[in-house]
Amino acid sequence: MMLILLPVFGERFYIQFASKILIMIIFVSSLNLLVGFTGLVSLGHAAFFGSSGYVIALLSPIGTSMNLFVALLSSVLCVGALGAVFGALVLRTKGIFFIMSTLALGEMLFYFLHDTAFAGGSDGIYIHDRPGFNLFGWWQLDLSNVSHFYYLALILVCLVLMLIKRIMNSPFGRVISGIRVNEHRTKALGYHTYKFKLVCFVIASMIAAISGFLAAVQFGVVNPEMVGWHASGHALMMVILGGKGSILGPVLGTTTLMLVEEIFQVATKHWQLLTGIVVVLVALFFPNGLAGLNFPKKRPET
Amino acid sequence: MDAATVLIQAMNGIQYGLLLFLVASGLTLIFGIMGVINIAHGSFYMIGAYLAWSLMGWVGSFWIGLIVGVTVALLLGLVLEWLFIRFLYDRDHLQQVLVTYGLILIFSELRSMIWGDDVHSVPIPELLNGSIQLTENLAYPIYRLWLSGVCIVIAILMFLGIQHTRLGMMIRAGESDREMTKSLGINIGLVYRFIFALGVSLAAFSGMISAPISSVFPGMGSQVLIVSFVVVVIGGLGSIKGAMIAALLVGLIDTFGKVIHLDIFGVNIFPEMSGMSIFALMALILMLRPQGLFGRER
Repeated sequence: MMLILLPVFGERFYIQFASKILIMIIFVSSLNLLVGFTGLVSLGHAAFFGSSGYVIALLSPIGTSMNLFVALLSSVLCVGALGAVFGALVLRTKGIFFIMSTLALGEMLFYFLHDTAFAGGSDGIYIHDRPGFNLFGWWQLDLSNVSHFYYLALILVCLVLMLIKRIMNSPFGRVISGIRVNEHRTKALGYHTYKFKLVCFVIASMIAAISGFLAAVQFGVVNPEMVGWHASGHALMMVILGGKGSILGPVLGTTTLMLVEEIFQVATKHWQLLTGIVVVLVALFFPNGLAGLNFPKKRPET
Repeated sequence: MDAATVLIQAMNGIQYGLLLFLVASGLTLIFGIMGVINIAHGSFYMIGAYLAWSLMGWVGSFWIGLIVGVTVALLLGLVLEWLFIRFLYDRDHLQQVLVTYGLILIFSELRSMIWGDDVHSVPIPELLNGSIQLTENLAYPIYRLWLSGVCIVIAILMFLGIQHTRLGMMIRAGESDREMTKSLGINIGLVYRFIFALGVSLAAFSGMISAPISSVFPGMGSQVLIVSFVVVVIGGLGSIKGAMIAALLVGLIDTFGKVIHLDIFGVNIFPEMSGMSIFALMALILMLRPQGLFGRER
């Protein structure tokens, strides 16, 4: 309820900040699909987040605005194709090798966007006319309006969370969980695990594309940093902080970390130091994250 | 390109490859023996370079700075293993990645607090300042030759140390069966602590000796980390020999990629896209031989 009413009462800054959190929730959820549900620790997931932004920035015509649905769909499909290529490569490896090769491929994309002229180099590209949507001429969705943007992000978050829940409850999701727990056994049951992992990887990249699309449209700019591995590492922190492998974990982890970081940033210039300490402590002492915390219940007195 | 340019670039490539080997071997040792993925490895390289820069300012001698720096790195490695890494042996890779990622954030912020965010340069030590005349108008700096020599000596020492000493025996025993080695009365925890500290000081040492030929800048750690990952993926995890060959390959490809000019269909492939060449090599290896050139089938 509070989430729906926020734009009515909230100030511009808070609405924007809340939208940022919503965008990150989508991204972290897509990573959680890999890390938490399938057991694939990817350090290059930001490649899909960032490249989605680049797709929309390169496609956007100057002067007119694109139809929102066409824009979103083309982003998601392009990134899905990229995800299929990357996935087909990195899924040939396992464990620690997988971590290293995802990171390396993500960085390859970073250098590609950073070094070539058409992608605007280290400055990135501006999106001058954001995609919009016109409902039969009597209502216009304007994404430069912070409230409109917020509602779009909120709706997409709900859709994505429902989609992930649906996937995990389907027979496909069962196989995916089986791969996480014991891949050899799942294989022995007759499932072609490589194909299942690849499909899951592509789905995760497409969901990441939704968040990348929103992030690019929110401030109308993309830059190579969106693809870099620190963005992936940051999302990974949120996954484990919230508790991997639960639908609501990313919501909890993302919101908490972003709020905490905002407080740190106000408190000190060296906020990354504090973030680092928090991450180390969480990973060492609360490996199951906030969702896995068991608050000791009061024992009934005897 | 004439023959002399090719020769000089080849020497540069080999020298870069040898330096990469020093960094990547620490990474592959720590993983191969202890089973820990350490993504903070690049930070130690960065710390080494900054140490070299500030110690040069304090003590004025590159050589004393080198000794002090390596000692500091060794101690840092011992303390870090005791504080954090020893809890990670039985944990899954995700937690190892996160703890070491947290360390990256901590170190990069500490670096910014202690040394600032500026780019620095370290002068070449006087003893090695100069160059060897190859042809009439081509010369090669002595420092780069010395650097390659040092890397080769360390590689040989490492090989001999692991294959032919008592400590190396304990390390290899601990690698194949931790519990069994423990029950034979070997303090495996201590061996691990030593290995980790060794890896840290190798990375820091590489950072220190590379400081005079490249600038000292904040992002150098993650840059070298990513290239080392590529080296390890190409060479095969846990294989020192693989790390050596892959490092040389990556060094040569990266160096030549920056000097070759090549256009295909009007698109400038080299040097504009040379940053991608080593990743393309890695993708090729992943397609043909996912376990790496010298990796064991698993």
